[in-house]
Amino acid sequence: MTVKSQIDNESPGKRESKPVFLFVYSLLGIAFGIVLTRSEVLSWFRIQEMFRFQSFRMYGIIGSAIATAALSIVLIKKSTLKSASGEVIAIPKKTVGTGARYAIGGTIFGLGWALTGACPGPLFALVGNGVSVMAVAVLSALLGTWVYGFLRPRLPH
Amino acid sequence: MSTWLTAPWPWYLAGPIIGLFVPALLLAGNKVFGISSNLRHLCSFLLPGRLEYLRYDWKNVGLWNLVFLFGVLIGGVLAAHSGAPHNIAISSTTKAALTQLGLHDLSGVAPHEIFSWQALLTWRGFVSVVLGGFLVGFGAAYAGGCTSGHAISGLANFELPSLIAVLGFFAGGLAATYFILPHLL
Repeated sequence: MTVKSQIDNESPGKRESKPVFLFVYSLLGIAFGIVLTRSEVLSWFRIQEMFRFQSFRMYGIIGSAIATAALSIVLIKKSTLKSASGEVIAIPKKTVGTGARYAIGGTIFGLGWALTGACPGPLFALVGNGVSVMAVAVLSALLGTWVYGFLRPRLPH
Repeated sequence: MSTWLTAPWPWYLAGPIIGLFVPALLLAGNKVFGISSNLRHLCSFLLPGRLEYLRYDWKNVGLWNLVFLFGVLIGGVLAAHSGAPHNIAISSTTKAALTQLGLHDLSGVAPHEIFSWQALLTWRGFVSVVLGGFLVGFGAAYAGGCTSGHAISGLANFELPSLIAVLGFFAGGLAATYFILPHLL
């Protein structure tokens, strides 16, 4: 598979979003920001507790989130429901390839996850929570993404 | 206001609610829950240059997700201003371990001794915020997803690439926790 078709494969949905749906997405985003805060998964302390295996909490959260999402996906696939935007619901499968990009990229992400104590969603929610220095981490993450784009043709995938 | 809205949630409430964002986005607009795509969309908007990776119609593909992301920031503001200020109730063993590493102040959502403007130009502040942020962005782009896209959406859809990525997340996280942080803090 070529690099280009891999990119297309990754793009989630190409239909233009109508304003009414953008409003829905903004509400869902607000809800998610509240959830990240109330669940405390945006906390560096919780991430440390998780990587030190000193509490069940984060594993309970991630595990039950996956279970809930998996059950929902099964139910949606069994039904003939279309999305509110009128599309047939389908989740594009990721291509495995050699698996190198997932193993290497994933490990690099994990290093950053433990150092910042935050993954991309929490980075933004932390800025909202008043940890304004995390705006610097957001800019660094953008730089990291750009540098990946620059190096992409030379990296194993 | 009832206290469950303002107090920290137990894991069995928080987890399923997070999971429900997957069907909510699918049912709203056939969208796959994943935050880190936004970093790519923002790069595509700000500085696509001649990079093939960034030259695509970011508005068409990602405006919905950027709007979602902006909501996450606003949600953080709303939650911070409606919740009672409290410290994160981590286990006593974690508290002891972090104190032993040299942290004195365990208040707030993130330690002030690392995550503050005053600490940014210290060694541990710079590595945690600037290098850590860079690795989050680079790694998520390389792996094609982060905690939301791989650990939640991908694993819930039983995808092997996501399982490999999540094992990588933990390998990297454990390495940073046990081999880097002891020297950093």
